[in-house]
Amino acid sequence: MSPARPPEGARTAVRSTELAACAPLRGYPRDDGRKGIRNVLVVAYLVECAHHVAREIARHFPAHEVHLIGFPGCYPNPYALDMMKKLCCHPNVGGALLLSLGCEGFNRPALEQAVQDSGRPVRTLVIQDSGGTRATLAAGIAWVEQTLPLLREQETVPMALSELVVGTICGGSDATSGLTANPAMGLAFDLLIAQGAATIFEETGELIGMENFMAERARTPELGDALRASVDKAAGYYATLGYPSFAPGNADGGLTTIEEKSLGAYAKSGQSQIDGLIKPGTQPPRKGLYLLDVVPDGEVRFGFPNINDNAEIAELIACGCQIILFSTGRGSVVGSAIAPVIKVCANPQTYRRMADDMDVDAGRILEGRGTLPEVGQEIFTLIQRVGAGEQTRSEVLGHQEFILTYKHFEPAGPACLPR
Amino acid sequence: MNATASSEPAAVARVLLLAPGDNVAVALATLRAGECVSVAGASVPLRQDVMVGHKFAVREIAPDETIRKYNCPIGSATRRIEAGEYVHTHNVRSNYLTNTTAVQGTA
Repeated sequence: MSPARPPEGARTAVRSTELAACAPLRGYPRDDGRKGIRNVLVVAYLVECAHHVAREIARHFPAHEVHLIGFPGCYPNPYALDMMKKLCCHPNVGGALLLSLGCEGFNRPALEQAVQDSGRPVRTLVIQDSGGTRATLAAGIAWVEQTLPLLREQETVPMALSELVVGTICGGSDATSGLTANPAMGLAFDLLIAQGAATIFEETGELIGMENFMAERARTPELGDALRASVDKAAGYYATLGYPSFAPGNADGGLTTIEEKSLGAYAKSGQSQIDGLIKPGTQPPRKGLYLLDVVPDGEVRFGFPNINDNAEIAELIACGCQIILFSTGRGSVVGSAIAPVIKVCANPQTYRRMADDMDVDAGRILEGRGTLPEVGQEIFTLIQRVGAGEQTRSEVLGHQEFILTYKHFEPAGPACLPR
Repeated sequence: MNATASSEPAAVARVLLLAPGDNVAVALATLRAGECVSVAGASVPLRQDVMVGHKFAVREIAPDETIRKYNCPIGSATRRIEAGEYVHTHNVRSNYLTNTTAVQGTA
């Protein structure tokens, strides 16, 4: 790794007039002090065997009010339990219906207790105890019918930008991602942090080659070492599995190596100081910029660290993100359960093909129809509009992708969150 | 780290040299073999077509020389690369995970 530092990009100033012009954020207050920008009821299956019943219950209701999430495995997994607790108690979630077959290993009492302790309505239905598919469906639909009005009646309160946690991810990257959408999202991150918000970037496997640049931006030298170690861990993990986080479309789009992809991905993090390194499900303790380490700890097991983009989105949401910024060059269409996804399209050709799926045309920078600071400001403004209730394109189109698989994590060390 | 694509919004450039010392530049439009493009004041004749977002050598690159983009190393040349030659997985390898191009059926 060369000690050369990437060139500093143009910083952009917050335009307070635009800030004032936006409708104020409104949030659903939660008992833990956080606020949600949506108020969805989640139907959660606790094993694949309960997936169909859960899906049929969810389908019975308006798609924007009832979201489907779940864990397919029959074997218990502490990571999956923790993820499901964090997701069912997410600020954008107002209540949870849990669907169990009955014989799976998932610790359903622990999940139900966590949701109950959070002050949210919760019900567990065990299909084997409820008389099978039809009876469970009827019971589930009845519970949601009775619970949804409570959610609809909940009042919102004013919400500050500093109460937002925003995550960023890139998917379907090509060589334009690192030129337009990712640095523009980085500018939006810098603007959010200046307003006191917490921001999270992720995928250490796509930061391979960036470890020394990141370490220079760490709040403390010890955190810098932890950031380097997280990327080393990712490189080792991917080397064992035989593939880096590099899909055929990345190469078709002009990216040659994982470190070239990393350069573009890294631009999502903006220019701010890196305040901490967190694991999936950890809330940022205060404002600032955090790296989410999504690569499991210990020996390589359970397969690829993140089998697709939505696995990473679910982990960002479990860290408390109410909004996800998603940059794409090749053209991803995904959204997510629980949190709105803002799609920032890096490639102007892709935008013309798939405009209906995209919230921001960042590729216009390449065609001289806009500048990086303008697009950064547009993303920052859009975050506020979505926080005030505006639906993103993926929400309008009904995208609510969700996936959760097996992983293992050790707790983060003390150097990861310096005080 | 931010790219400099926005620094000259007036003229829509066809190529982008992300940092002054880079030995590759990025195509902002589909460029054709035989075309001469201007990079940092020099004229570079292209030896192959270069698609949007893809790279070409702005000068001769020696075998094993580091490929630099954004003034950052993005890999090493696997052979001599001529000025104006298309630079991609066929003549560059990763310095980290060398099976980067393990793409089903196309590697």
